[in-house]
Amino acid sequence: MQRIGVFVCWCGSNIAGTVDVEKVASSVAGEPGVVFTTNYQYMCSEGGQGMIRRAIKEHGLTGIVVCSCSPRMHEATFRKTAQAAGLNPYMVEIANIREQCSWIHKDKDEGTEKAVILAKAAIAKLNLNKPLTAGESNVTKRALVIGGGIAGIQTALDIADAGYEVDIVEKSPTIGGRMAQLDKTFPTLDCAACILTPKMVDAAASDKINLYTYSEVEAVSGFVGNFKVKIKKKPRYVNSELCSGCGVCTEKCPSRKAPNEFNMGLNNRGAIYIPFAQAIPNVPVIDPEQCIKLKTGKCGLCEKNCTAKAIDFTQKEEIIEREYGAIVAATGYRPISLENFDEFGYAHNKDVITSLELERLMNAAGPTKGVLLRPSDGEHPHEIVFIQCVGSRDTSGCGKPYCSKICCMYTAKHAMMIRDKYPDTKVHVFYIDVRTPGKNFDEFYRRAVEEYGVDYIKGMVGKVAEKDGKLLVQGSDLISNEQVHIEADLVVLAAAIEPDPSVRNIATMLTASIDTNNFLTEAHPKLRPVESPTAGVFLSGVCQGPKDIPETVAQASAAAAKVIGLLSKDKLTGNPCVAHSDELLCNGCSQCACVCPYGAIDYIDKEVNDHGKREVRRIASVNEAVCQGCGACTVTCPSGAMDLKGFTTRQIMAEVDAICR
Amino acid sequence: MQRINDDVLNKCRDLIENGTCDRVLAWEEGEFCYDVTPAVFTGDTLGKMIYDDFCAANQSKYLIDESHKEGRIAALLKPCDTYSFNQLLKENRIKRENVYVLGVPCDGKIDAEKARGLGIKGILGAEIDGDTVAFETIYGKKTCSKKDVLHEKCLSCKGKKHMIFDELTDPEKEPETAVPENGTSRFDGVSKLENMTAEERFRFWRGELSRCIRCNACRNVCPACSCRQCVFDNPASGVSSKANTNDFEENLYHIIRAFHVAGRCTDCGECTRVCPENIPLHLLNRKFIKDINELYGEYQAGYDTALDAPLTSYTKQDAEPGIVHERGVR
Repeated sequence: MQRIGVFVCWCGSNIAGTVDVEKVASSVAGEPGVVFTTNYQYMCSEGGQGMIRRAIKEHGLTGIVVCSCSPRMHEATFRKTAQAAGLNPYMVEIANIREQCSWIHKDKDEGTEKAVILAKAAIAKLNLNKPLTAGESNVTKRALVIGGGIAGIQTALDIADAGYEVDIVEKSPTIGGRMAQLDKTFPTLDCAACILTPKMVDAAASDKINLYTYSEVEAVSGFVGNFKVKIKKKPRYVNSELCSGCGVCTEKCPSRKAPNEFNMGLNNRGAIYIPFAQAIPNVPVIDPEQCIKLKTGKCGLCEKNCTAKAIDFTQKEEIIEREYGAIVAATGYRPISLENFDEFGYAHNKDVITSLELERLMNAAGPTKGVLLRPSDGEHPHEIVFIQCVGSRDTSGCGKPYCSKICCMYTAKHAMMIRDKYPDTKVHVFYIDVRTPGKNFDEFYRRAVEEYGVDYIKGMVGKVAEKDGKLLVQGSDLISNEQVHIEADLVVLAAAIEPDPSVRNIATMLTASIDTNNFLTEAHPKLRPVESPTAGVFLSGVCQGPKDIPETVAQASAAAAKVIGLLSKDKLTGNPCVAHSDELLCNGCSQCACVCPYGAIDYIDKEVNDHGKREVRRIASVNEAVCQGCGACTVTCPSGAMDLKGFTTRQIMAEVDAICR
Repeated sequence: MQRINDDVLNKCRDLIENGTCDRVLAWEEGEFCYDVTPAVFTGDTLGKMIYDDFCAANQSKYLIDESHKEGRIAALLKPCDTYSFNQLLKENRIKRENVYVLGVPCDGKIDAEKARGLGIKGILGAEIDGDTVAFETIYGKKTCSKKDVLHEKCLSCKGKKHMIFDELTDPEKEPETAVPENGTSRFDGVSKLENMTAEERFRFWRGELSRCIRCNACRNVCPACSCRQCVFDNPASGVSSKANTNDFEENLYHIIRAFHVAGRCTDCGECTRVCPENIPLHLLNRKFIKDINELYGEYQAGYDTALDAPLTSYTKQDAEPGIVHERGVR
C-alpha cells in the first residue's frame, strides 16, 4: 500500500478564486493510500516545496499528488522536490486543477467538485505507480538547420561560432531566402543585400558550416541527440567542383520561357540560371522542366560553351544520410495567393502588384534596374495606392486571421522611398490600423507621414477597376466618413504572409506540431518560445510566427543558444515513461510497429516460457532510447501486450474509474 | 448426394502421397448432413473428408496453430477464406511455408436453419444448381431459390476469386477479378442504421445485443480475434471476468470487439453465422469498413499482404479527428 501525500496549491487566487482548496484537501483525505493532505498559497515556491519535502520525511510518504497547474508547467519542479526528499521522481502525480478546472469554471461549487474528482483520479493512478529509472544516451555533436534564409544562416553562424558543426539544407539553389529579394530594410533603410550577403559569405566560408543547397530533407528518424536524417540532393546538372561561376552558360541558353522566381515572375530566366548575382553557391542550376536538352535530347548549348566542362546532364538525385544531435526548423514564409481577392484585380491587371514584387521593381538588381516603372507599359507611375491587410486579420475565411506584422512597416518604407526618389509621385496608403511596436518603428512611420507627406487613409478599399488605362480605386475614409475615388497608376497590395508550404511535410517528419495556420508550435508561448514540443527540435524565424528581420535574427540566435546548450552535453537523460511489450501476450502482428512514429519498435525471435510451454515467438521489442512514450502502440495493440510505463492501461483505467465513481 | 468432388479428394491424396503435405484441413461430417466441422485429416483418414455446399466455416484461423506444427498442411480455402488468410499472413500469424493453399470453388453455402424456416425439414442432403437448391429430405425432394437459403455472408459475397493460393482445384472456374455478388449493396444494412436517429439506433442495438448469452462463439470463430490471450480472458487487463454491473456493460463487449478488429476485419461474416442468437454482428464490423472506405478510400482487408492499412498508417490526406464529431452529429 502506498503512503500518499496530497498537496493542494492555491496558485494565489488563480485556483483559490474558484476552487475551495481546503475542501479539496479534506475531501480526499479518506481516499485509499492517502495519509496526509494540506494546502498552501504557492506550492511551487521555496516555502511550498519545503513543506512537501518535510511531509515526505515526517509521514514516510511513498508518493505525492500535487493539485496545481498543468504538468507542463511544474511537473519537473515537483519531481525535483520529491527527489530531493529521497523519493523516486516518478512517484509524483500532478492533478491539473488550474488550466482544466479553476480557469474554466466560474461557479465555485462546480470548480471545487471537479477539483476533488481530478485529485481522486490522480490518487487512484498514483496507487499503481512504480518507481522508474531513466536511461542515458549519447549526443551527436552536429546540428541540422532546415532553411537557408536569414534565420537559418544566423542560427548556423552562431552554432558554428561555438565550435559545433552545422549543416544547412536549403531547397532552392542558393541560400539567402526572402531577405535576398528585399531592396531596403526598415527602420534604418540600409540595403538588404549589403547586410545579408556578408553573412551568406561567412556561412559559406566557415569550416564548421556545410551547405546543402538545392536539397531537401527526405526523412528523419531517431530522437534528441541522435537524429538520423536523409537529405535529398536534387541534380543541378552542373558539377559544382568544376564550375567557375562565369555565367556564360546562362547567357547562351536559348530557353527563355521560365518565370524568374527571384524577381517574382516579373521577367523570365533561362533554363540554366543563377538566381541572383550574389547567390551562394555561385553555381548555375538547370531547370529540367525548361531545359531543351533534357526534354528533347537536342541543344546542349551550355555544355558546348562551358570552358570548365562543368555541365553534366547525367547527374542523378542523391540521398545523403547524416546524423545530428539537434535540428532547427527555419523554413520561412511566402506571400499568400491572392486568388480569393478578386476585388483588387490582381490576377487580371498587371499594374496591381504585391509588395514583394514592388521590392523587386525598386531593387537595382531587379527587372527594371531599380527604376520604378509600371509592369504594363513601362511608364513611370505618378499616383500610387497601397492597400494594407490584404488577407491579414481576415476572419471572412478568404485570408488569414492573424496580423502579418511586417506589412505596416514595409508599406511605410515603400511609401517613403518612392516619395524620396520620385517627389512628383502621390502616394496613398489605405490601412485598418497602423501597427508600429518596435524600436524606432513609430518614429519611422511618422517620418513617412510628416516628412514625406504620404497620404494615410483609414479604411479599406472595396474595389480596384481598370478605366482608360488607369486604376480606379474605390475605398472609404472612415475618419471623414466619405467614399474615396482615386485614379491610380499603380496599386500595391500588402499581401499576408503564410508559412512556406514545405513546413507541413517537415513538421510531420520532425513530429513537431503546427497550429491551424501552419505555423510551427513552440513548446511554451512565453517561456519556451524557440523550442518545439519535440525534444531536440528548435524553431527559428517566421516558421514559428510572423516576424521582421530584427526579431528573426534575435530568435535565430536564441535557437542557436538552445542548440549549443544541448550539444555541449555529453549524455542525455532519457524518459523512463516508455513502452514495453509483454512477451507472453504479444502476437507479433506488427501493428504497433506500423503506428510508431519514431521507428522505436523492432521484432525479435525469442524463446518464451508460456506456462511451461517453451517456444520461439516473434515478439515486439521497444528501443527505449528511441521511444518517446506517446502511447500510440498501446492503443493499437489488440491483445494489450503493449503498455506504457508510468501510464499503464491499468493506471488510466483506475483514473477513469475514480472519475466515474 | 456426393459429399466431395473426386478431383478435390484425389488432389489431396496426391499431395500427401508425393510428400508435399502430410495433412489436410477440410471438413468432417457430423450427425446430420448440414452439421459439418472443420477437421484435419491424414493419409489414413482422408476418406472421411468432405467439402460440399454446407461447408461454410472460414478455415484460415485454424492455420495459425496448424502452420506452427511440424510438417506442411494442405488447406482447402474458399475465396472468402483467402482474405482472412492474407490478413493473418500480414500479421505474421501464419507460417506461409508450412501451408499449401488449395483454392476450392464456392457457389455460396447453405444455411440449414433458413431452409427449415422455409418448411424444408428432415434434410438429408442438398446441392446448389444454378439459382436453385435441390434438397433431399425424409419427405422427398424439395427445391427452393438459392438466395433464400444462403448464409448472410454469402449474400454479400466479395467475389469468387481466390486472393492467394498455391493451386486451384478447378482453375477453369476461377474468375479474372473478384466481382461482388450483389454489387455495392453490402452496406445497405449499415446505411439503414445510419439513417436512424441516435436514439433509434441505440434502441436497435440494445434490443439485438440483449439476446447475447456471452457464449464467445463470435470471438472464437473470428480470424481477426486471434490474440494469444484475449483481453477478456486476461485477469491483468482489468476487464476479464469483471462482474458486469449492468447489461449495458455486457453489450459493450461487442463494441469493444468491433474496435479491436477494425481495419483488420475482412468481413468474412463468421460472427453472424455462428451466433446462436442470430445477432447481426456483421453490421458492427461493416460500419467500420464503410467508414474506413469513406474516410480513407476503398480498402479491403486481406486483399493482399501489403503492410500499410488505413488505420495503422499515416498520410497527409488522412481525415482530421474532428470528422468523427462532424459525422456523429448529422
